Amino acid sequence: MNLHEYQGKDLLTSYGVAVQKGAVADTVDDAIKAYNKIQADTGADLAVVKAQIHAGGRGKGGGVKLAKSLAELKEHAGNILGMMLKTPQTPGGMEGPGKLVRKILVAEDCYVPTFDSCKEYYVSIMMDREKKQNVIIYSTEGGMNIEEVAEETPHLVHKEYIDPHLGLQGFQARKVAFNLGMSGTAMKNMVKFISKLYKAFVGSDSSLFEINPCLKTGNDDIIAVDCKVTLDENALFRHPDLEALRDTDEEDPTEVEAKAFGLNYVKLDGNVGCMVNGAGLAMATMDIIKLSGGSPANFLDVGGTADAARVEQAFNIILRDDNVKAILINIFGGIVRCDRVAQGVVDAYRNMGNINVPIIVRLQGTNADIAKKIIDESGLEVHSAIQLQEAASIVEKVLSA
Amino acid sequence: MSVLVDKNSKIIVQGFTGKEGSFHAGQMIEYGTNVVGGVTPGKGGSTHLDKPVFNSVVEAVEKVGADTSIIFVPPRFAGDAVMEAAEAGIKVIICITEGIPVQDMVKVKAYIEKFDCRLIGPNCPGVMTPGEAKVGIMPGFIHNPGRIGIVSRSGTLTYEAVDQVTKAGLGQSTCIGIGGDPIVGTTTKDAVQLLMEDPDTDGIIMIGEIGGNMEADAARWIKENATKPVVGFIAGQTAPKGRTMGHAGAIIGGKDDTAEAKMEIMAACGIHVVNSPADIGQTMLKALKG
Repeated sequence: MNLHEYQGKDLLTSYGVAVQKGAVADTVDDAIKAYNKIQADTGADLAVVKAQIHAGGRGKGGGVKLAKSLAELKEHAGNILGMMLKTPQTPGGMEGPGKLVRKILVAEDCYVPTFDSCKEYYVSIMMDREKKQNVIIYSTEGGMNIEEVAEETPHLVHKEYIDPHLGLQGFQARKVAFNLGMSGTAMKNMVKFISKLYKAFVGSDSSLFEINPCLKTGNDDIIAVDCKVTLDENALFRHPDLEALRDTDEEDPTEVEAKAFGLNYVKLDGNVGCMVNGAGLAMATMDIIKLSGGSPANFLDVGGTADAARVEQAFNIILRDDNVKAILINIFGGIVRCDRVAQGVVDAYRNMGNINVPIIVRLQGTNADIAKKIIDESGLEVHSAIQLQEAASIVEKVLSA
Repeated sequence: MSVLVDKNSKIIVQGFTGKEGSFHAGQMIEYGTNVVGGVTPGKGGSTHLDKPVFNSVVEAVEKVGADTSIIFVPPRFAGDAVMEAAEAGIKVIICITEGIPVQDMVKVKAYIEKFDCRLIGPNCPGVMTPGEAKVGIMPGFIHNPGRIGIVSRSGTLTYEAVDQVTKAGLGQSTCIGIGGDPIVGTTTKDAVQLLMEDPDTDGIIMIGEIGGNMEADAARWIKENATKPVVGFIAGQTAPKGRTMGHAGAIIGGKDDTAEAKMEIMAACGIHVVNSPADIGQTMLKALKG
C-alpha cells in the first residue's frame, strides 16, 4: 500500500525525522491558508505546490511548481488541482490519460536562503530479498533517477545492510554520513536523520522508504524534501492508523471492487480475460494466452472457493472490459471439486444471460470428467477442456475465427 | 527414498485444532501420513482426530519424538510458531501460512539460523513424498510414486506440473513447494540441491516466477553441479512490471527479475526451459531419454 507524499511526511515527522514543512490542500482557499502560514513561519514569499498522486516524476508533467508570490500560488494551485497529471509513471506514461489531482501539498522552499550551498542526496530503505536483511541504499547523486545512477555509475550507489538481531548501529549511520562526504554538524544531523528514518521504517512495517531528494541545506540541516512510502500490506493489522490512510481514489476502481469480493485482480490491456485459482497458475495461464496468439486482459486469482457467486462476480469484472474477446477459465481442482466449479460457471452464465464472448473452461483435478460433462450438456456456448494444451488450442481457434 | 519427509517422519501439526489445521491434518492422516499429534497452546492433554494435543512443540518433541512440523497458524502468530519449532529441535518446519509480515520473517530467518533445522515456506503448499507422506495442502490423488523431483514457488501450478508428470507415465520422488513470499526458508537452489543429491531422483522440474533472483542462483548452481536433467518454467512472461515491487527494488538483483531474463539464464545454464506450462511433463520425458 502506497502513501501520498504528505502522508509519508506525517509518518516521518511522528518519528522525529526532519521533513520539508507544508500542509495539504484540496481547494485554492486551503492552499492560500497553507501559504500564509509558511510565509509567517519562514518569512519567505516562496512556496512549492506539489500534486499529490501515487506516481513519481510529477515535475515532468507540470505537477510541481514554485510560487514566488501569493498570486503565483493561487495560479499554480488552481491549475494543478483538478488537472489530469501525466508522468512517466502514470498509466500509459506521458502518452496516457494521466491521473486526476485531488490534493496538493503546499510546502516551504527549503533551498532558500542557502541555495548555493545546498546539496541533494538519495536515501532509501528496503528489504533485500537475497540477503534477507533490511538495507539502506544511499548516494551523493540526489534528485536523479537512482536506477540510472546505479546503471551508469555503480560506484556512487552505496549499501548498508542491517543486522536483523541488532538493528541499525551508530557506526553504520556514521558510515552513511562519511560516505556522503559529510563532516561536522552535517554529519551529526545525518546520523540523527538516518537513525530516526530507520526507526520509522521498522516501526511502520514499511517495505520501501525512498527519500529523493534528501537535502543538506547551507545551514547543515538534513531534510526529506520528498518521500515515497510503501507499507507492507501483510502488516497492516498492526497499524490500523496507517491503513486508514489508504486512498482508493488512487487505485483502479475495478481492482478495489474485486478486492472487496476476495478476488485478486489486476487489469491488463489484452483481449482474452482469464479466471484462475492460484497466483502461479494465473500467471502461467496469461502466458498460455500469449502463446495462443492472444494477449491477457487481466490477472485474476479467484482463490480457494470458486462457487457460482464468486464466478459470477469474476465474470462481471472481466466483462466490464470492452477489449475482452474471449474468457479462459482455468481451475486446477485439488481441494476444490471441479464439478462444483463447473456448476458455478453454468449457473453464473445463466444468471447473467448476456455473455456475448466465447468462454473456454478448463477444469482439471478432482471430478474433472463429471465437470466436463456438466459443461458439455449445459447447452451453453462454453467450450470445455481437461488438458492445458487442449484449452490453449481452443483459445487459438476462437481468436482466429 | 526421497528428501525432507517420508513414511518415518514424525509429524506434528501446529494450529492443529483450528479450521484449516483440522481439515488438512485430516486429509494428511487419510493419505497415510505419520501424524503423531498436534500443538494448540491451552488445549494440551486433549485428543483431536484421535491424536494427542500438546501445549507446546517442546512437549510434542519430548513425548512423541516429533521431528517434523507443519504450521497452520494465522499470520500474526506464524513467525512465533516457526521459532518455537526451531527452538524445540524440530528438523523440518513446513509453514503453510500466507500473509506473514516481511519484517517478522527477517527476524525469524535470522533467529532459526542457529538451529539445525530447515524451514520450507511460508506461503507454500507443503512437501509431498508420494506413497509415504503428504505434509501439506496438495491433493494427494494426482501424485504417483516415482523418480522426478519438483521444486516450485506456487501451489496450483505445482499441481499442474505433478499432473503432467503423472500423465506422462512418470512419478514424483518429492515435490517441494518452497513458497511465494519474498523471504522463504528454503530457496530454489537449496531445494534443487537436495533433489540433485537424492539417489532416487532422476530428473528435476524447477518452476519459478517473476521477482527476486532465486531461479538465476539455482541455474548457476545447476550449471556447475548437474548430474541429472532439469526442466524449467517461469510464470509471468506477460506480467506487468512494477506492480508488486517498489521501483528502488530494481537496484537489487533487478537484471534477473523478469521471466525473460530468468529463462535466458536458465537456458544458458543447460536447463530445458519450456515456454508453455503445458509442455512440462513431455519435456521431462524427452530429457530423461537424453
